[in-house]
Amino acid sequence: MAKSSTLTNLVDEQEDVTKYTSLGAAQRDRLKENPGFYTRAWRRLRKDKVAIASMIGLILIVIFALAAPLIETWTGHPYTSTNLRAALVPPGTVVVDPATGESTRYWLGADGAGRDILVRLAYGGRVSLKVATLALIFSVIIGFTVGSVAGYFGGLLDSALMRFVDMLMCIPGITLLLIISVMMRPGPTGLAFVIALLGWTGMSRLIRGEVLSLKRRDYVDAARVLGASDHSIITKHILPNLISLIIVYASLSLPSLILYEASLSYLGFGVRMPDPSWGNMLNEARQLFRKSWTFTFIPGMAILVTALCINLFGNGLRDALDPRLKE
Amino acid sequence: MARYIIRRLIGLIPLLLGISFIVYALMNLVPGSPTSQFEMNPNIKPSDIARIQENLGLNEPWYTRYFIWLGNALKGDLGISYLNGQSVSRIITSAMPNTLALSIPSIIISVAFAIPVGVLGALKRNSLFDRVTTIFATIFYSTPTVFLGMMMIIIFGVKFQEWGLPNLPVAGTHNLRGGGDPWDRIVHLIMPVVTLSLVSLAGWTRYIRTQMLEVINQDYVRTAQSKGLKYRSVVMGHAFKNAMLPMVTLIGLSIPDIFGGALIVENVFGYRGMGQVQVEALQFSNYSVAMACVMFFAILTVLGNLIADILYGVLDPRVRLD
Repeated sequence: MAKSSTLTNLVDEQEDVTKYTSLGAAQRDRLKENPGFYTRAWRRLRKDKVAIASMIGLILIVIFALAAPLIETWTGHPYTSTNLRAALVPPGTVVVDPATGESTRYWLGADGAGRDILVRLAYGGRVSLKVATLALIFSVIIGFTVGSVAGYFGGLLDSALMRFVDMLMCIPGITLLLIISVMMRPGPTGLAFVIALLGWTGMSRLIRGEVLSLKRRDYVDAARVLGASDHSIITKHILPNLISLIIVYASLSLPSLILYEASLSYLGFGVRMPDPSWGNMLNEARQLFRKSWTFTFIPGMAILVTALCINLFGNGLRDALDPRLKE
Repeated sequence: MARYIIRRLIGLIPLLLGISFIVYALMNLVPGSPTSQFEMNPNIKPSDIARIQENLGLNEPWYTRYFIWLGNALKGDLGISYLNGQSVSRIITSAMPNTLALSIPSIIISVAFAIPVGVLGALKRNSLFDRVTTIFATIFYSTPTVFLGMMMIIIFGVKFQEWGLPNLPVAGTHNLRGGGDPWDRIVHLIMPVVTLSLVSLAGWTRYIRTQMLEVINQDYVRTAQSKGLKYRSVVMGHAFKNAMLPMVTLIGLSIPDIFGGALIVENVFGYRGMGQVQVEALQFSNYSVAMACVMFFAILTVLGNLIADILYGVLDPRVRLD
């Protein structure tokens, strides 16, 4: 707490230029200390308790998913290994093997085939987070390319691309996802790509609008006069100004990508058994809802908490990076 | 006004043609066909499969089939199901009322709750009410529909039954043994409608609260207050109307999400509607039924957007439509 308050003072001092009457050591320090855009955004962000708490939550979730092999060794239950003696045991049960006398504990219980739910939750998290992150990266790339090309070149190309975006936006997302994934039967990376094929439309509209205004700025004209190519104007002069917008939009659209993966896998068109994902764990739970609520609750809460953390963190990021973008 | 509507309606034609072409191409360019299920069967000769394909018209290239489909669809003939020869129009007309009975009440409920809650939250900013509703809105906004639906089934369907409390049916559109009267159907709709409403309600409440906060800080609201108008008439007459304008567009744009959500909800509750029909059709590469479902959703979405634009023009005198 003390550390953050000294930092706050520092920032305040910098703002107060009138304190310095002549070019002294203090002013030179101030110039040296003059923080950049992202440093200042980070200082704003870390005053936001909710955002920091959700960031920590998110880091813990990612660590849990990355530690899946460790959890597997620790519990001694590989994620696909079945143990009928442990089938449908409630969380925390110790299962004893009468042949060897060995006992193992199922911390979150076991599913219908006796697979350890804790281990599957960690591996499922890996798959779900991987699909969502890849989908986000793909959709940012497609959205940025289409949006900036449409906005920058304008004219017929712009109208053609934007009519295409309108068209895609009129098909309910999940419908199009189903059509593609039902027939291509993609793996996690393919699934991410399929989700991205839909997710880029909003991004491209936003980027297009922003590029339309950026391309009329004087520094862009100056670059053009100096003989810069279209490619280098877009990547060196326009893209850097869009980074904060892209970060904010991406962080706010990540939860919906996680929910898309979950819905698709739940319907049986996403990640397929025996590979676990949070969505297909919910699918398995459908047959077991009369047995116990934990089968539904555990993967469902995993999705909810992850989406919630990203949403809250994204809100904090938006306020820190770009206060213009209020919802 | 009339001219604007006509112009927009004409503009819908190329849009819908484009959508139908993209979807048809997608369905036909990826592997899998209505006859794939026979190829594994050793009792069916390749010549039989060829005959079935010819009968269904599947031996033509897909773009030829698209134009045949389009021509027939424009005449009102949506073809037959590749699986059982049932007429596609009949399949659609039997499933559509169920989907509409699910989604229309849920839109109405969402709006009816989201507007007062969002407006009150903005007017009494940082009050207990505002904090509690914001927390709930944020949580429900992050909740997967599937999870919400399944937990409702477990709590109100299974646990309430165990505890001997009045419980709700866990699946279906009506009770198959002697049910089917309006009351029975409404009871079966309660959980699906609430599930579908909660998620969109959460997003809309947040949106309305932000809009309202923005509007009540505008100069004209301060002017209205300072010239001595009653608080109530300032809020209702000046702030509320302007805060609601973007809401019209938002609802129009949310229509695809609502039908997407309905598809999931139908699956969770085993509720037979367009979503279920579509999922089944896609599982068996039943193109004719799947096409009809996609186009049904697309037409609703396009019309929703159009109505939102028209309403916006009617409500906001600054927008000139023609």
